Amino acid sequence: MWKESSVVATMASLQRPDFMPYQNNGGTVVAIGGEDYCIVSATTRLGLGFAIPTRNVCRYSILNNRVVLATAGMFADTATLHKVIKARVKIYEEQQDKPFGLHSAAQLLSNTLYYRRFFPYYTFNVLGGLDEDGQGFVYGFDAIGSGEKVKVVCNGTGQALIQPILDNQVEKKQQYENKQITKLSLQEAVDLIKDVFTSAGERDIYTGDAIDICIITKEKGVLVETFQLKQD
Amino acid sequence: MFRNQYDTDVTTFSPQGRLHQIEYAQEAVKQGSAVVGVRNKNYAVLATLKRTTSDLASTQKKLFKIDDHVGMAIAGLTADARLLSKYMRTECLNYKYVYECAMPLSRLVLRVADKHQIATQRVSKRPFGVGLLIIGYDQQGPHLYETSPSGEYWEYQAMSIGARAQSARTYLEKVFETLNSCSLDQLCRHAILALRETVAALKDIDLSTKNCALAIVGEDLDFTIYEDEDVLPYLDVIETGSSQPMDGQSST
Repeated sequence: MWKESSVVATMASLQRPDFMPYQNNGGTVVAIGGEDYCIVSATTRLGLGFAIPTRNVCRYSILNNRVVLATAGMFADTATLHKVIKARVKIYEEQQDKPFGLHSAAQLLSNTLYYRRFFPYYTFNVLGGLDEDGQGFVYGFDAIGSGEKVKVVCNGTGQALIQPILDNQVEKKQQYENKQITKLSLQEAVDLIKDVFTSAGERDIYTGDAIDICIITKEKGVLVETFQLKQD
Repeated sequence: MFRNQYDTDVTTFSPQGRLHQIEYAQEAVKQGSAVVGVRNKNYAVLATLKRTTSDLASTQKKLFKIDDHVGMAIAGLTADARLLSKYMRTECLNYKYVYECAMPLSRLVLRVADKHQIATQRVSKRPFGVGLLIIGYDQQGPHLYETSPSGEYWEYQAMSIGARAQSARTYLEKVFETLNSCSLDQLCRHAILALRETVAALKDIDLSTKNCALAIVGEDLDFTIYEDEDVLPYLDVIETGSSQPMDGQSST
C-alpha cells in the first residue's frame, strides 16, 4: 500500500506525471427503491474524452436474486471491483449458508472501497435491492466507500442533472404545492427512469446510446430490460 | 509379520516396496459409509449413505458443493474432507477470477491429488484419511473422478467407495456399459440401486429420506444436492425397480 501511495504523491507533485493511472469513462447510474421492488439502471456508453470506444458496455452486476450493483467512472476499476465483490459474495454464501443481503453488500462494498483509501477505485457506485423485509432500498457511494441508505440515488457524470429531478418527482421535495406523497408504482418508476436518462442525455456528452434497467422483485428475481437512447 | 516394523511413519518403505501408512489411510476410507458415482453423456450423479453416530445426532455430511459446476462425496475422515473442500473452493474461485471461466475438472483433481501426495512424503505429516468421488461438468462434458490418500486419482464411468462398496461395484460392473446412453432418470435409478446393494445384506437398514442424499450436475444443471424430502422421488425406484440390472433402453 505504501508503494501505491507514491503514485498519488507523484500525481500531486509533478506537473506532468509519467503515468496517469486513472481515466474517466463516464456513465451514469440511477437506482430507485419502491414498496416491493427496486430498479437499478446504468448507461452503456463508454467514453474517452470526446470519443466513444464502445456503445454497449455492461456497468451492472447481479450479485444474487435480490441485490444489484451498478458503477460509473473508470471502467477498468468497475470491472475489477465487480469481479472482487462477486468472488466475495460467493465465499459469503458458501460460509454463511444463506443468501447475501442488501445491507451486507453495502458494508462489503464500503469496506472494499475504503481499503483502497490511498489509491482508490475510480468508481461511483449504487447498490440496489430488497432488504430483509422485502422493501426496496438503494445505497449510493463515493469513490472511497462513504455510503448512505436512501430511497432514490444516482451517481456518475449525469448525477447533477438527474438527482434534483428524482428528489422532486419521487420524494416530492421542493414542491411549492402541498403534494401528497403517493407511492410510485413499478411502471411509473421505470417510465421516470427512462425520461430522466433521456433528459440527461441531451446535456451530458457521456450519457447516451442505451440504458440497462434491472428490475428486482421478490417473485421474479432480477429482470433486465434495455432502453435505447440517442447516439449523439 | 514384517509389517509392524515398517509402518511407523509414512516415509519408511517396507521390504516389499509398500508404504503401509498409506494403506492404513486407505483403510480409513473403507470404514466410511458408502458413496456411489455414475456418469452419462450429459450428467453425473452421486448417491450417498449418511450415517449417524447415535439416534440423537444428525447425520454426517457426505456431499460438498465446491463450485457451481463441481461437487464431491466423501468416505472417511470428515475433518480431512472439510479441509480439502476449503482448498478446492479457493482454487476454483481463484481460477474463475483469473481466467473468467469455470475450472476444468482435470486440473482441479490434479491439484487435489498433488496435495494428497505431499502428505505422503513428509515426516511431519500424515496422509489424508479420506477418499473423494468428485463429479463436475466442464467444457469436455461431465466427469467422475476418485481420489485416494495415496495421491493417485482415476476417472470413471461408475465407481463406489466406502463400506461394502464392493457390492455396489459388482452391480455397476453389470450395467456400466449402458450408462453413457441412458437418461438422467435411469442414471439416478442406477446410482440408488447400486447404493442399495451396500445395505442389502443388512436386515434393519434400508434407504430412506433420513439416510440417503443425492447430488446431480450437468450441462443445464448446477451442482445440486437433494436430501430429506427432496430425495423422495428418487427413492421411489426402490419400490418399482428390482435389484436386477436394468436394460438401458427400457422406458422409465
